Amino acid sequence: MVDSLKQAAIVGIGQTEFSKNSGRSEQQLAAEAILAACQDAGIDPADIDGMTTFGLDNSDEIDVMRSLGCRDINYTTRLPQGGAASVTTIVHAKNAVESGMCDTFVIWRAMNERSQYRFGQPAMSISPDAHSSTFLEWCFPFGAQTPAAWEALSCGPYLDKFGVTSEDLGRIAVLMRKHAATNPDAWFYEKPITLEDHQASRWIIEPWLHLLDCCQESDGGVALVVTRMDKARDLKQKPARIIGAEYSMLFNHEIISDFYEGDLISHDIAERVTEKLIASCDIAPKDTNVAMIYDNFTPQILRQLEGFGYCGIGEAKDYVKDGHMELDGKSPLSPNGGLMGEGYIHGMNNITEGVRQVRGTAANQVKDVETVFLASGVAGAIIGE
Amino acid sequence: MSMRPDPIQRIDTAFFWEACERGEFVAQKCEKCDVLWHPPRPICPTCHSTEKTTQKLSGKGRLLSWVKQVTPGAFGFPEPPVAALIELEEGIRLVSNLEGVETDDIIIGMNVAVDFAETSGGKAVPIFRAAEAS
Repeated sequence: MVDSLKQAAIVGIGQTEFSKNSGRSEQQLAAEAILAACQDAGIDPADIDGMTTFGLDNSDEIDVMRSLGCRDINYTTRLPQGGAASVTTIVHAKNAVESGMCDTFVIWRAMNERSQYRFGQPAMSISPDAHSSTFLEWCFPFGAQTPAAWEALSCGPYLDKFGVTSEDLGRIAVLMRKHAATNPDAWFYEKPITLEDHQASRWIIEPWLHLLDCCQESDGGVALVVTRMDKARDLKQKPARIIGAEYSMLFNHEIISDFYEGDLISHDIAERVTEKLIASCDIAPKDTNVAMIYDNFTPQILRQLEGFGYCGIGEAKDYVKDGHMELDGKSPLSPNGGLMGEGYIHGMNNITEGVRQVRGTAANQVKDVETVFLASGVAGAIIGE
Repeated sequence: MSMRPDPIQRIDTAFFWEACERGEFVAQKCEKCDVLWHPPRPICPTCHSTEKTTQKLSGKGRLLSWVKQVTPGAFGFPEPPVAALIELEEGIRLVSNLEGVETDDIIIGMNVAVDFAETSGGKAVPIFRAAEAS
């Protein structure tokens, strides 16, 4: 582990409103979110010297520099694997500042994925030649054409093996919406649901996913500023130290159309990330105070809970049912309402919520937070005071 | 008249779809080390040979998972088909369709056998139907 003064920390968070029609360009959303993160930290955007976003983000680095007046960038990179990239951004930010390559590193994701395009609907616009994921060429002619379809197909064996019921999945959605209902930034603020609402919502994917098992399509932007602890001391906010951040891509696995390797029961990648985290910082995800776990679809929560070691294989449905993920439970899950309840900015709004929980400024603040676990399938990070 | 989307064909994968048009179900096989790979890829991950051949498959396998994309409805299909993840007896997996079985009668692990379906542009894709245990 690096010297504590050289350790990376998240020192600024910014976001736009989360909506269904932002009324402005994705480039503007990106600039607004980054500016807000810089203002939150108390740094001049001209000083940004490194940046990353998702491979899928439509705002480019030069445009961001021009919008914000960034003088000189030392390092940029773009990350593969869609929403699973959300926590991998933390791995790259940590390495960029701890290596000394960058002092002021920015992460952003901005999208009009509801008003400008539909992220959850069939699209042929991604070139199959440019993307190694198999979800177009090897799924499209068979009528499996949406993220929900691919996800359900890959989770089916797990759900079938352990007899996971729709009610088991519904309890996750109800919990997310309960948390969102008391978060004024959430799209579903003051709109909780019941298990009956979940059961009555229309089928998206038989036999597993109702509408309320799915995250939203949202417009909005989110950004973070990362620097080292020696610089963080002079800034406005209490820093959220990046205690550990690990990433794993395993052979023959891909993200959502992950059909070709393993037993489709255990979450091999999350298990590997957990091993790496424990080796690097000696903290297990289950020993943190808040769980910010990527919730594109409800089954993904169950598989990640097991992969990241919160409970044993096949036990996640009962772990949720037993109340451990409530705000007063031992592992409160996404107090912002997650991607289902707050907004779906491709996972990044779960990271800003993790930072607020460390600061003690969240709408649904968990008591006595020392550490928060951030997870997006292939990556996990532990942040804390 | 089928409205099913034509397969996307790429330089590394066209052999698979062309075989389907001839009514043959094949997988990529490495010429050097005989390992089968699906989906096909430009180089053998085991021995790194780029010399590839094909092997005819038995067409027999079992159902690992299935879904029906109800909302939004599947593009190119009057009714959502049953999309299926199949594990073939040769050990490789592919996404396809399960046809001719009511959803209430689908059992994970059931035996299936290959058939072919026409696409809107006159191409062909492999699909599966229920089969007796082999």
